[in-house]
Amino acid sequence: MKRRHYIRPLDIERGRIDMTHGSGGKAMAQLVEEMFVAAFDNQWLRQMNDQAAFAVRQGRMVMATDAHVVSPVFFPGGNIGSLSVHGTINDVAMSGAIPLYLSASFIIEEGFPLADLQRIIKSMAEAAREAGVPIVAGDTKVVEQGKADGIFITTTGIGRVPDGMLISGDRARPGDRIIVSGTIGDHGIAILSKRENLTFETAILSDTAALHGLVAAMTDRVPDIHCLRDPTRGGLATTLNELASQSGVGMRIRESAIPVRAEVAAACELLGIDPLYVANEGKLVAICADADADALLRAMSEHPLGQNAAIIGEVFEDEHSFVQMETAFGGMRMVDWLAGEILPRIC
Amino acid sequence: MTGAMQYVDEYRDGELARHLSGKIAKEVHAERQYRFMEFCGGHTHAIFRYGIADLLPPGVKLIHGPGCPVCVLPIGRIDSAIALAKNPRVILATYADMMRVPGSHFANLIRARAEGADVRMIYSAADALNIARENPAREVVFFAIGFETTTPPTALAVRQAKCDGLANFSVFCNHVLTPPALRGILDEPDAMLDGVIGPSHVSAVIGTGAYEFVAKDYGKPVVIAGFEPLDVMQAVLMLVRQVNSAHAVIENEYVRAVGAEGNMKAQALMDEVFELRESFEWRGLGWLPWSARKLKPDYAEFDAEARFGMSHHAVPEPKACECGDILRGVRSPKDCKVFGTACTPEHPIGACMVSSEGACAAYFSYGRYRAA
Repeated sequence: MKRRHYIRPLDIERGRIDMTHGSGGKAMAQLVEEMFVAAFDNQWLRQMNDQAAFAVRQGRMVMATDAHVVSPVFFPGGNIGSLSVHGTINDVAMSGAIPLYLSASFIIEEGFPLADLQRIIKSMAEAAREAGVPIVAGDTKVVEQGKADGIFITTTGIGRVPDGMLISGDRARPGDRIIVSGTIGDHGIAILSKRENLTFETAILSDTAALHGLVAAMTDRVPDIHCLRDPTRGGLATTLNELASQSGVGMRIRESAIPVRAEVAAACELLGIDPLYVANEGKLVAICADADADALLRAMSEHPLGQNAAIIGEVFEDEHSFVQMETAFGGMRMVDWLAGEILPRIC
Repeated sequence: MTGAMQYVDEYRDGELARHLSGKIAKEVHAERQYRFMEFCGGHTHAIFRYGIADLLPPGVKLIHGPGCPVCVLPIGRIDSAIALAKNPRVILATYADMMRVPGSHFANLIRARAEGADVRMIYSAADALNIARENPAREVVFFAIGFETTTPPTALAVRQAKCDGLANFSVFCNHVLTPPALRGILDEPDAMLDGVIGPSHVSAVIGTGAYEFVAKDYGKPVVIAGFEPLDVMQAVLMLVRQVNSAHAVIENEYVRAVGAEGNMKAQALMDEVFELRESFEWRGLGWLPWSARKLKPDYAEFDAEARFGMSHHAVPEPKACECGDILRGVRSPKDCKVFGTACTPEHPIGACMVSSEGACAAYFSYGRYRAA
């Protein structure tokens, strides 16, 4: 690509997004070239076409899309940029697929500081590079002040499923075991700790991470994993209910087996929320046959993103698809779907 | 969960729970039933969340009481709040739980907000004051609800507003009192209670003395208990012992927070700002004398009811809804025909299905697998 020359460089330190940056004219071209293309840099973007062209092999492909509206955009452990890369990679990876390409669409509010945009783009580029999944297409729109909250990012990803692999939310069977890859609630609590009306001191970082490496290590050891899902919005409780109703089975989990950081438990206690419903961005739930469970748990524990993995319960036959939990106190209770909205704009 | 929390986990210990469970089982008389009402929604929530019923012998029945602030607010007051929110000059500041409570024709504050009303969710009365300071051109009304626990913070906010001359702030006061509601329950012949698990946080404010009438006038024991599951188990054991020995006194299991006189400072603050209403309508319990508060004449300028010329209209409950009987303890959630079918947490018909402290919501979210 031949670099165009603009009379005045972008003032990334003090500049702000204005309406011209979304107009389709020179100002937009400069923004795209000097910020987005420069950071994401790859052969597809460099072609400067309206689409990315690539060859595909035969087999099953998967595609996933995810809009990100998190508030605040910068939070302990990450920002909306890294989150938007991880979120979509994870949705693709939960099919067992190898993520191949990403696209990113930005809706930016007039007045958004270029310095913040730069930080976000840089962390997106870093996350994509670390994951080995290039951002090959993109779009930028600018809306008037007050019509959006800073920046919204939608990413779409495609991936290729290895031959013979069938991981799907409807494959949980009675007798299967339920495994979670680590501590729950870290992301939601990290976000909440920075909300303007709640601010509290905590050392908790968001767990935002791309999970396809962990998934590859898992499918390597146990090719026939029945279900995988990342418990994002609505937390572990919501994910288990989704899988139970998709598969038409019940689940029974043990509260004492679920990994929760002491700081997260304490923050939840203070805020009156249940960690089972708090969002995660770097955790997954796996369901597999009883005979495979120990091998799968070991594969997960050996991976850096699955160090605290634990078997938390079992699948059983239940026409109502209820998720039940043996409480640490010694009683039983249901773990229901989330009603209403406890934490808006968590991702 | 594996995370350890000092000062909290001690009250949730499974080992101690089994020990207490064994003690209770040993002391109950096989031939009789023990019907205890936990007054507070906080206890109801704990009972379901920790599965306490599984640790009690079949003869001990826990009856869920009316101590859930959003549950006892009558439809007419909800309608008034929604009407107020629709006034374009008004910002209505409310606790999140109130947002989903249905008024007439399934209207609620979430829908009012979607239609353009300015409704803000807040965590404390002080947040409402801040909104008023930040929006001097708007009328900021705090939708104040709750028992004696949330009343002192409202009093403090009103006093602060007067001190600062914050003319655009007012309070739609719906603060209610625990003892008159308890009396209302005990006057209900169908409840057939053998004892009461007394409020924890409310008692920290009003003290154990406030319940003497339960023993004296009704001959029933009260054990004031904390909100942790072991507190509830211990209170059940103490109530069983009183019943077995035909005693009826006020005992305090929650000594780490509650004294005989309560929090005198908070009481003085409430008395400075509020006076009692002659009568107030409660969902389920009807009109109860001297059971709610309003602003004193000295603070009348902050009374939203006066400022906006609001008047209370009693609205009948939806026919299918049994919230009234459930709040009085004469029916259980699963006795209600619409429970779990037409009435769910997503589409509540009655208020008991809204708050996590409501008996129906707790039963639906934590216990309904038992009925299936």
